[in-house]
Amino acid sequence: MIGNFPFVAVIILFGLGIYTLIYKKNLIKIAIGITLIENGANLFLITLGYRKGAVAPIYTQAPEGVKMVLPTPQALTLTSIVIGVATTALLLSLAMIIYKKYGTLNTDEIRRLRG
Amino acid sequence: MSSILMHAPALVIALPLLAAFITPVIGRFNRKAISWFVAFILGLTLLLTLLIARHILSNGSLIYVFGASEVGLTLPSGYTVPIRIIFHIDGMGIFMGLITAVVSFLAAVYSISFMEQHSGLEKYYTLLLLLATGMFGMEFTGDIFNFFVFLEIASIASVALIAFRSTLFDEPAEAGFKYMVVSSIAALMVLFAVGLFYGQYGVLNMATIAKVLQFTHLDKIALILLLTVLAMKAGSVPMHMWTPDAYSEAPAAITMVLVAASQASLYALFRVAFSLYNVTLNTLTVGWIIIILGVLSMFIGVTMAIIQKDIKRLMAYHAISQTGYMLLGVGVGLAVLANPVALEKFGIKAMEGGIFHIMNHAMYKGLLFLTAGALFYRTGTRDLNKMGGLAHNMFYTTIFFIIGAAAIAGIPPFNGFASKLIIYESVYQFNPLLSIIAMLVSILTLASFVKVFHSAFLGPKLEQYKSVQEVPKSMVVAMATLACIIVFFGLFPDLIVKYIVHPAVMALINQAQYTATILGGM
Repeated sequence: MIGNFPFVAVIILFGLGIYTLIYKKNLIKIAIGITLIENGANLFLITLGYRKGAVAPIYTQAPEGVKMVLPTPQALTLTSIVIGVATTALLLSLAMIIYKKYGTLNTDEIRRLRG
Repeated sequence: MSSILMHAPALVIALPLLAAFITPVIGRFNRKAISWFVAFILGLTLLLTLLIARHILSNGSLIYVFGASEVGLTLPSGYTVPIRIIFHIDGMGIFMGLITAVVSFLAAVYSISFMEQHSGLEKYYTLLLLLATGMFGMEFTGDIFNFFVFLEIASIASVALIAFRSTLFDEPAEAGFKYMVVSSIAALMVLFAVGLFYGQYGVLNMATIAKVLQFTHLDKIALILLLTVLAMKAGSVPMHMWTPDAYSEAPAAITMVLVAASQASLYALFRVAFSLYNVTLNTLTVGWIIIILGVLSMFIGVTMAIIQKDIKRLMAYHAISQTGYMLLGVGVGLAVLANPVALEKFGIKAMEGGIFHIMNHAMYKGLLFLTAGALFYRTGTRDLNKMGGLAHNMFYTTIFFIIGAAAIAGIPPFNGFASKLIIYESVYQFNPLLSIIAMLVSILTLASFVKVFHSAFLGPKLEQYKSVQEVPKSMVVAMATLACIIVFFGLFPDLIVKYIVHPAVMALINQAQYTATILGGM
């Protein structure tokens, strides 16, 4: 049972992120919502590779006969974190430009493109 | 020669990727040289893609393993599993690769004059090269996590390009933000689906996943996530809200590449449905879902387009509408996939129509966006009500616009007619109503482009556009190339269908072959 807690946390993070995206009007909060979903996905990947009582998968340093955690999900997560930094930076810089041009971060007022 | 071919899949990615970071260095010494350098690099990439295409169309799929010569790794227990990043290019992948190569090369040629006056050129070209890299990667990769990475590279580059002119105008940043939110959600859901696959089967290679797929509940969730977000990235109704904004605010050359980038997502959608799941899923239901998405996109796209006043926004809604044709054609193929008689009778034909339409759409929609860019370049406006009488001054642009408009409306002898006719004929045998809707949409498309032609090009010479001239040579060359391709495809559709489209369709349908090319050697 307790082993499933990380997956529950993943669902909560996803739920919070999607809630933020749908109901929040502030561009910065939307960026936070995306970061929440991203962290949920990263946590999900890391949890997949977890083995109870296992050591870090450093082949040359590992003691004999001890289980190692899966290295692939960690590599995936690292990649995903790096990509996440780029998307967050881009989102925030766009929010900055929008604030400069429109004088607001409220999505109700940033609606020049429609129809 | 053969050693170039052997490494061509890696070179197609590496060349634009490395050039992307050399570009700013060249820009420090000579600002003018950047645009020529980028056009040269993308031209070289186009040649490499053609080389791969020639190889694949005569010898079958091409596999490139990064960091090793063998696909698999045999564990001490005797279990063999592909763990490396593999590029797996089959008929469908190279079909999309050709589109990407042609479109990004012409975008670079067009930009030589189009972006000349703009500051920050080195950033623009770096991003363009990165976007091309991302698209090639999405189309060539055989590894599902690798697909996610290239999807993100393409998304980030295209967002930055959409917002590129935000120093001049207010709206590009808004469109960019919208697209960034959409594509981050899409990419994260793809990542989540990757996690679902990895958690169950412990592999990331698409062919291997396809082989061991059990179609559990988790696989169904992954399927729903992948289909939804990829349809969203492809700009299908009802997830199309970003398309008109992003397409209309990006520079014209970039809009053309963005169309191809959306199609790369569409390709991934087909890849997931056909190569990953194939007949394990209930193809009739999923096929109908795709057909309904297609019909909605066709109809809502074109009805929204008719009321637009902004020329690029209008064309963007038409892009949504044309995506509907592709979804319709391929959806019919998917719906009858489990039924060999119907598949042979009209399913393959319908898919040929849908896939052929992808290439045709990239060409004529690219041409139309470029003409819209040419009008904007000379008049400084995208508002149709402010334009008029431009046929007097811009002879070539007018001709190219007529060719593009006739092609999108499905008038012979242009390429739009060729693929639409195949779709009408084959879909009629599946369900006549769908075919009738498709024809109706085509008529509405023609009506809408007659309106654009009338308000932008016809009429007396306007006072404010008296000094307007034809656009510079590089822009004319890019548009002329696309126009030639359109006419050629329209005159010899049989040739194209037989040699390029049919192998692509067979690569999609034949899942056993897709898995066997990777796993057969083990």
